Amino acid sequence: MAIEPDAQRRAHQWLEEEYPHESEREVGFETLSGHPVKPLYTQDDLDETGHDRDRDEGFPGSYPFTRGVYPSMHRGRLWTMRQFAGFGTVEETNERFRYLLEHGQTGLSTAFDMPTLMGLDSDHQRSLGEVGVEGVAVDSVDDMETLFSGIPVDEVTTSMTINGPAAILLAYYVVNAEEQGIGPESLGGTIQTDILKEYIAQKEWVFPIRPAMRLVGDMVEYCAAEMPRWHPISISGYHIREAGATAQQELAFTLKDGLTYVEEAVERGLDVDSFAPRLSFFFNAHIDFFEEIAKYRAARRIWARELRETFGAKKPESWRMRFHTQTAGVSLTAQQPLVNIIRTTVEALAGVLGGTQSLHTNSYDEALALPTEDAVRIALRTQQVIAHETGVTNTVDPLGGSYFVEKLTDEMEAAAYDYFARIDELGGMVRAIEENFPQREIADAAFEYQAKLQSKEKIMVGVNEFEISDDARIPTLKIDPAHEARQRERIAATRAARDGARVEATLAELRRRAEGDANLMAPILECARARATVGEIVAALQEVFGTYTETPVY
Amino acid sequence: MSEDTDLKIRVVVAKPGLDGHDRGAKIIARALRDAGMEVIYTGLHQTPEQIAATVIQEDAHAVGLSILSGAHMTLVPKVVQLLREQGADDVLVTVGGTIPADDIPALKEQGVAEVFTPGASTDDIVGFLRSALGAPA
Repeated sequence: MAIEPDAQRRAHQWLEEEYPHESEREVGFETLSGHPVKPLYTQDDLDETGHDRDRDEGFPGSYPFTRGVYPSMHRGRLWTMRQFAGFGTVEETNERFRYLLEHGQTGLSTAFDMPTLMGLDSDHQRSLGEVGVEGVAVDSVDDMETLFSGIPVDEVTTSMTINGPAAILLAYYVVNAEEQGIGPESLGGTIQTDILKEYIAQKEWVFPIRPAMRLVGDMVEYCAAEMPRWHPISISGYHIREAGATAQQELAFTLKDGLTYVEEAVERGLDVDSFAPRLSFFFNAHIDFFEEIAKYRAARRIWARELRETFGAKKPESWRMRFHTQTAGVSLTAQQPLVNIIRTTVEALAGVLGGTQSLHTNSYDEALALPTEDAVRIALRTQQVIAHETGVTNTVDPLGGSYFVEKLTDEMEAAAYDYFARIDELGGMVRAIEENFPQREIADAAFEYQAKLQSKEKIMVGVNEFEISDDARIPTLKIDPAHEARQRERIAATRAARDGARVEATLAELRRRAEGDANLMAPILECARARATVGEIVAALQEVFGTYTETPVY
Repeated sequence: MSEDTDLKIRVVVAKPGLDGHDRGAKIIARALRDAGMEVIYTGLHQTPEQIAATVIQEDAHAVGLSILSGAHMTLVPKVVQLLREQGADDVLVTVGGTIPADDIPALKEQGVAEVFTPGASTDDIVGFLRSALGAPA
């Protein structure tokens, strides 16, 4: 619906002739990512780039899904409240899982410790001091059993944040359920698996890029056949953003990673409609409210278009970009930490209004440590207040049609396509990563942002403005150092109880199959059943695949 | 020493342990380089042994250890100990990252010159290094 020529002239006149008479505050009016923002947006802004309501917005639940992936969205079903949790041993984390479920969370999300994430056993030399400190230590299926003790894995969905050794942890989860009489087809959840963003941002790798991509393909293929309720991958922008990327870079690199995985799967002969419906995404919810909302809307539209037009996917389920959101860890301050509650609230609201399917809200103490029970309860309550008190879930996509939001959505989309072109010129995302392209973009953006903070061009309340000299100390979670010894006991017990010859045989078979093209999920499952540890399985694969060392750019 | 002569301040910026959070370390490496220092960034996943070896090999005046994994009370003392054992105890050791205030006194007792917590500015870090190493302001 184009604006009438007179009204168009009126908008121009207002902006070019009347508005300049207004005095403005002496700050830069741009988004957190540095995208310029005008004093006012009108229909004129949409017309000038040919925005078409039907084509670009449409209806929720229909292509291109700008307004939401389902017709009823949160009115039909609230997003899953899924707090990331994990520390110490599996016993402590099981307790935290149950605490969160008791307090109203509706899905589980597992944080593993650094050794597990990096494919090392808890008793490895390099694990010293790191066991259970940043997440929960899991060394074998035995740990998985305790981790989910008392939790019906066929009723609760679980997310597992792990990438390099993802295939192994998925195998552990499947075997644990299997031993309880629950088949993989009954398991619902997500495993992060998104290895490309590791090389770009999170930096938790165990193999070189190409063998790692092969494993992703194996997991996608396995899940397409055996685990229809499971998301074999959570294509992530969260970490890319945390590393310093702008919202535009987060959007572009995440989607490009996703498209690269689709290519990988299609190249090995899978029909796109057989796996695309189970691909999922994970975005950051940073503090610039409208920029984030526009980002999610643009993401849905881009993904839908690429899957339908570029990959020829036929099922609407293949075009739908469903995502989990986490509020930005990097926005939290160590100074005046209670103020983080406000930040998390605004960010969570952006995620909700942006149409997320699942949400984690950070706790106020997380600039300092893993969350205490009290802090994480407030984080959960934040979601519950938004859901049950604010009325924002009464209607779908309440911001749809806003001149600013639609314009920003269009601009985010254009920025993403610019990046797609640059990455394509480099030969695709894998080549781009090998050339350090996204890494350099992120490092530059991070440096630029730091400069803006230091010059006070960007304000961070309590850090470079509104500081207090006597900042009250808050209680933080202390990880009991005794758990490291306890975990070493657990892994020793696993090693002692298992059939060592069987473990060796399964690892040998895995190595043999890794040399060829076979899907490695089956031999990994066998290793899991034999109680091979994470470190042992990773080491076996590294013998065939090698390891990865980055050439850092800064 | 000054940044105009061959006697530049030589700093190793290191990432000990399994921690992969390198945003801060990279910003600092760049800021120190822009300030005229000779910077050696070790990259990720360095063992304390590797870091000590790099510091000595590179004849560094200072080393900045960046840790956001919570493993600092194991890794930092180990680096300090190794430097001491290898006769490099004149190397200035600084730490940055998610370091709880409660741990700072213990780290300093172990020989850490300064701990830079979230919100620290690169100007402060540059200033600290210059003054601690006797360089002109």
